[in-house]
Amino acid sequence: MDSLLFIHNELFPELWKGWMVTLKLVALSIPFGLLTGILIAIGRVYGNRLISSLCRLYVIFFKGCPLLLLLFVIYFGLPSLGIAFSPFVASVLGFVLCNGAYTSEYIRGAIQSVKTGQMIAAQALGMTKWQAVFYIILPQAFRRALPGVGNEMIYLIKYSSLAYMLTCVELTGAGKIVAARSFRFMETFAVVGIIYLFMVSIATKILQWAEKKLSYPG
Amino acid sequence: MSTTPVLVVENIHKSFGKVEILKGASFAVNKGETKVIIGPSGAGKSTLLKCINQLVIPDRGRVFLNGEEVLHSHSQINRFRQKIGMVFQNFYLFDHITALENVEIALLKVKKMKRAEAREKALEELNRVGMGDKVHLYPAELSGGQAQRVSIARALAMDPEVILFDEPTSALDPELTGEVLEVMRDLAKEGMTMVVVTHEMGFASSVADEVLFMEEGRFLESGPPSQIFFHPREERTKKFLSRISELYGELNKNG
Repeated sequence: MDSLLFIHNELFPELWKGWMVTLKLVALSIPFGLLTGILIAIGRVYGNRLISSLCRLYVIFFKGCPLLLLLFVIYFGLPSLGIAFSPFVASVLGFVLCNGAYTSEYIRGAIQSVKTGQMIAAQALGMTKWQAVFYIILPQAFRRALPGVGNEMIYLIKYSSLAYMLTCVELTGAGKIVAARSFRFMETFAVVGIIYLFMVSIATKILQWAEKKLSYPG
Repeated sequence: MSTTPVLVVENIHKSFGKVEILKGASFAVNKGETKVIIGPSGAGKSTLLKCINQLVIPDRGRVFLNGEEVLHSHSQINRFRQKIGMVFQNFYLFDHITALENVEIALLKVKKMKRAEAREKALEELNRVGMGDKVHLYPAELSGGQAQRVSIARALAMDPEVILFDEPTSALDPELTGEVLEVMRDLAKEGMTMVVVTHEMGFASSVADEVLFMEEGRFLESGPPSQIFFHPREERTKKFLSRISELYGELNKNG
């Protein structure tokens, strides 16, 4: 009874604020991460030698860099070069750069798995290379990449908690603050965990729906 | 009649690495004609077709469509490709869209037709190949013969000057080749200009205006089907035909 009162009166109002910050982080990072991933993948497969190498370097760099280190560099490092971001913006930037690198790998693999005949047939009809890429190759590739890309989105929901390391008080951060104040660590972190589980479940449902929606026979 | 041929292929050469695939292949097609190219595998038949619409860029030689040279520069080639239909051995239908959308897509994106107009045209061509009742099926839901007929409709919808067929029935079960050949026969009758690479000697002998025998990257002999099939000049042609007839059955003179 006492626990329930604590959760209702003290914990929830605080967590609610943090939760909204998490949702904002995720809602911004997912679409921009996806866009980055698509552009990098296209650049790698269809770009000229320069673009393709730049995109490959991007992937090597951001796949190889620990996310927390990347966030530290963006938030604490860049100001010494005169580039300063708020904790929130720095976090989104780090998430997008990292998520874009992983997402691009799934999409690149999927693009390369589309049979060459699809491109040949499109060009034989008079489509330009880019028309063929956008109308024929990408729709097929995206369908195949979705399970992997979706997994990256789910990871993102969870690693958005790293924003707390940049003093951005999101869900995990809010929990930590309440727990430290009330010394009710177990209840607090249990509730925080359930909220993450809830978000991931909803995201999984949405992704399943999208996979079904985008699927075609064969 | 001294009109310019629809398609002129002049002295095409093409090597892949050190292997010379085409060694100066030339032929011409007049409006409404069907030319059938036969020859052993590796002779360069498919590569020659791809050189015509510059899917493979020839090392040497020229191609003319209605007297205008086909150039492979970016600004030019898509204009020519719209007028040169192509049907592939493995159909190459777009897997993610329905039969109807397969026929429509180039009308919408390349010819920039209005949606209603494109739909009407696509349905018309699908009906023409006998696929009017399956327009909403996806490629994976079609039999090989049906898929190939859709791909013919896709080529027809662009109103091409000539259609190139690259072994259109070679990937089909024998019982399905008939429906595709029948569509092609009808097209020939309706006056479509066609270049057909095939091993279907029955089709060649009954439909072709001229049969060209290709070997090692050039045409060894050509002539009306009755001459090539029953009185070939070259020893190589004879040998090839006798081997082919083992596979596809003896031809009789009544077609």
